Amino acid sequence: MAFIGSFALLLALGLAVYCFVAGLLSLIFQGDHGWERMGETARRAGVVAFVAVFLAAVALVVSAFRDDFTIAYIFHHSNRALPGPFKFATLWSGQEGSLLFWSLLLAGYGFVLRLRYKTDPRLYAYASVVLAGVQIFFLLLVNFAANPFGLLEGPLRADGSGLNPLLQYPEMVIHPPMLYLGYVGFTVPFAFALGALIMKYPGEKWIQITRRWTMVTWAFLMGGIFLGSHWAYSVLGWGGYWGWDPVENASLMPWLVGTAFLHSVMMQEKRGMLKVWNMWLVFASFWLAILGTFLTRSGIIASVHAFAQSSIGTWFAWFLGITFVVFLYFFVLNSKHLKSEHKLESLISRESSFLFNNLLFVLLTLDVLWGTWFPKISELVQGNKVTVGGPFYNRVAIPVALLLLLLTAVGPLLAWRKTSFESLKRNFLWPTVVALAVALFVIFTPQRWGSIFGMKPWHDISYFYSLMTILLSALVASTVASEFYRGGRVISEKTGQGIFASMVQLTHRNTRRYGGYVVHFGVAIVLIGFSGSAVNQEKEMEMGYGDKMTIGNYELVCRSYTQDENANQFSEWAIIDVYQGGQKIDTLTPQRLIYKASQQPSTKPDIRSTFKEDLYLVYEGQNDKGQPVIKAHVNPMVIWIWIGAWVMALGTALALVENAPAPVTVRVPKMVERIAQPVTGD
Amino acid sequence: MKRMKKIYKPKQILHCALLTLAVFALAGAGDPATRFNEIGHQLMCICSCNQILLECNHVGCPASDGMRNELMAAVSRGDSDSLVEQSFVQKYGPTVLAAPTTAGFDRAAWIFPILTFGVGVIAVVFVVRAWKNRPTPAIAGGLRPIRGAELEQFRDQADKETDV
Repeated sequence: MAFIGSFALLLALGLAVYCFVAGLLSLIFQGDHGWERMGETARRAGVVAFVAVFLAAVALVVSAFRDDFTIAYIFHHSNRALPGPFKFATLWSGQEGSLLFWSLLLAGYGFVLRLRYKTDPRLYAYASVVLAGVQIFFLLLVNFAANPFGLLEGPLRADGSGLNPLLQYPEMVIHPPMLYLGYVGFTVPFAFALGALIMKYPGEKWIQITRRWTMVTWAFLMGGIFLGSHWAYSVLGWGGYWGWDPVENASLMPWLVGTAFLHSVMMQEKRGMLKVWNMWLVFASFWLAILGTFLTRSGIIASVHAFAQSSIGTWFAWFLGITFVVFLYFFVLNSKHLKSEHKLESLISRESSFLFNNLLFVLLTLDVLWGTWFPKISELVQGNKVTVGGPFYNRVAIPVALLLLLLTAVGPLLAWRKTSFESLKRNFLWPTVVALAVALFVIFTPQRWGSIFGMKPWHDISYFYSLMTILLSALVASTVASEFYRGGRVISEKTGQGIFASMVQLTHRNTRRYGGYVVHFGVAIVLIGFSGSAVNQEKEMEMGYGDKMTIGNYELVCRSYTQDENANQFSEWAIIDVYQGGQKIDTLTPQRLIYKASQQPSTKPDIRSTFKEDLYLVYEGQNDKGQPVIKAHVNPMVIWIWIGAWVMALGTALALVENAPAPVTVRVPKMVERIAQPVTGD
Repeated sequence: MKRMKKIYKPKQILHCALLTLAVFALAGAGDPATRFNEIGHQLMCICSCNQILLECNHVGCPASDGMRNELMAAVSRGDSDSLVEQSFVQKYGPTVLAAPTTAGFDRAAWIFPILTFGVGVIAVVFVVRAWKNRPTPAIAGGLRPIRGAELEQFRDQADKETDV
C-alpha cells in the first residue's frame, strides 16, 4: 500500500505540473489550434490528477484499516482496537495525512471546476492553471516534506500508538473535513479572481461564478467552525465553546473576510462598484486560509490545537510570499481595468451600509490577526512573550461585533441608491419597539425564571454587552420578520393567497435575498446564545455516595460511581441524579476515559440541554479517597448557538437555490376584457 | 431661600445619581469570591495548556491547583488586584496575564485596534465623499443622462418590476 500511495502521489504531482505548464503555454499562445489542443490535454491532466490523489488517500485509509504499522503515519495515529470510523479519521488526524487530505480536496474542487469548463472555457482555463499552481505546492509537500507513506524505522511493532483521545469523538469525523472544505475552497474564488485579473475579464460574469463558489466554501467553513465549537464544548470539558486560541482565530479570519466579500460583491453586481476591494477580499480570504495552515504547522505561535513544530512552516512562508507577489504584480499591471462605474448618490443607502459593514468585518479580522500575532511581535520587540487571551479579544472585538449587528438590522431597510428618512422611520418603528420591549422584559423579569433574566446592565460591563446583544439581535430578528411580512403582504394582496404561502412564494422568487435574511436571523439566534455566557455559573465538589451539590436551580446528588473497560479504553464515571424543585428530572453520567494505546486521559462531560440553559457536568478526577471530583456548570442559552447555526446553514442553502421565475402578468386591453366577459343567462 | 433651592437642586440630583452609580458599580467588588472569580479569569494556567486559570480542567494539572490556592490566599489577605497580578507576574513571568498590560510596548496591543478603527472610519468617510462628488459617468452613443423627477419615475418603475 505504501508503494501504491507513494507512486500515486508522484503521478499526481507530474500531472499537476503538466496541467500548469501546458495550460499556461496554451493561454500564452492562444489562437493557435495546436496550443489550444494542448490546453485541452492540460485540462484532462488536471482531471486525472484528482484520480491519482484519490488513489493515494484510499491507500492510506486502507493501510489504517489493515493496521499496517510498517507505515510510520499509521503507527503514530492508529491502533488495532480503534473503532472503524476513527480509523477512517486517521486520514486527517496527523500532519502528513491532513496535508494529503488537503491535496485531495483541492484536486476534488479542481475536478469539478475542470468538468464545468463549458460555462466559460477561457476563464475556466485561467482558473485551472492557477489552481494547478496551488496544487503543485501541496503535492510537493506531501511528496518531499511530509510524506504520509514514509516507512517506520526499526523493528516492526505489534500495535500502534493510537489516535489522539480528543479526536475520538463522532464530530471529529465530520469537523475537519468541513473545515478543510472551507479552507481549501477559498482557492477556487482566488483562482477565478486572479484569472479574471490576468485576462482583464469584461463584465461581472466572473464574479457571479465566484460568488456561488464562495458561498459554498463560506458555508463549509462556517459548518467547520460551529462543529469545532460544539466539539470543544462536548469534549474538552472546560464548559466553553470558543477560547480565542490562535488555531480557532485562524479559521475565523478567512470566514470574516469571506462574509465581507459576500456582501460587497452585491455592490459590484448591482452597481459596478468596489471592484478593486472585491479583488483584494477574495485574495485575502485565500491568503488567510493558507496563513491559518502556516500557523498550525510552523509552531510559530503556541496553540492547544497546533501540530508538532516542523520544517514545513518555511514552505508555507515561501508560498505565502510568492502568492502575494504574483497577485500584487497582476493587480498593479491591470488595476485600471477595475475602475468603478457609478457614483454614490446618498449616505443613507444600501451601498454605504455595505461600505461600513465591510469596514467592520475587515477591522474585526485585523484585530483578530493582531491579537494572534502580538505574542510573537512582543517577543521580537521586547524580548519576552505575552499572552493575548479571551479578555483582550472580548474587550476589542465585542464593540465592533455589536456595531456589525446594528448594521445587520439597519442594512436590509435601506434601499439601493437612496433611502428617504421617512421610509426609514416607517420601516424601523416596529422593529425598534419590539427590540426595546425584549430588552426591558429581560431586565425586569425576575431571575427565578432563568439566569438570563434580571440582568442589570449597570451592574457589570459583561451584563451591558449581553443586554446590548439581546437588544440588537431582537432588532435584527424583527427587521427580518418585517421584511418577510411586508413582501408577503404585497404578494398576498396581488394573488389573494394566505400570508404564509405568499412569504414562501416571495422567498422562491428571490432566494438570494431572502436566504440572506434567514442567515441574518440565524446570526441573531447565535448571538442570543452567546449572550448567556455573561451569567454562567460553575462549582466544583468532591462527591461521595449521597453527597449533594446545589448550583442554580439544580440539586445534584451522587448516586454512585464506578469503572468500566473495553478493548480501547478504561473509563471512570459518576452517576449523578439531578433534582429541580424537589423532583428528580434527570440522571447524568460524566466520565473520564484513559485510552490504552496512548495512556492519555480525556474527559467526557454529560450535558442536560434545555432551551433555557445547559447543566454541564465534568468528571475532573478522583480525590484521595477514590471519590469523584465533579465540576458543574450552568450555561444559559447555549442550545441557541447550535440552533442558530442550523438556521444559518438553512439560509445559505436557500440562497444557493435558483430563483423561481416570477409569474408573467399580461395587461389585457379593456376592449378585449369586455369581449372576453363570460356570457351569463340566455 | 427659594433661589438657593433652585441652585442646589440639580447638584443634589447629580450627587444622588453619582452615589447610586457608585453603589451599583462597587456592589460586590469587595466580596472575596467575586474577586477570586474576576482575577482568576484574568490569569492563565502555566501548564502550557493555554487556558484561563479558572477554566483549566486538565486531570492532574501540575499547576492550576497551586495557582488557585495562591490566588485565594492573596484575595483573602485583602491584597489589591494589581498587587496580586504583580506577584503572579514576578513568580510565573508575564505570560501568566491573560491580556497585555497597558504599560510599555504592551500598550501597542490596545492602541492598534483603536487606531485601525479611527483610520478605517476616516477612510470610509473619505471614500463616500469622493464617490458622492464623482461626476456622473458618460453614456455611450450620445444618450441624454436622465435626472430629477424623470429618474425617480424610472426608479419607481424598476422597483415595481424587480422587487415585490
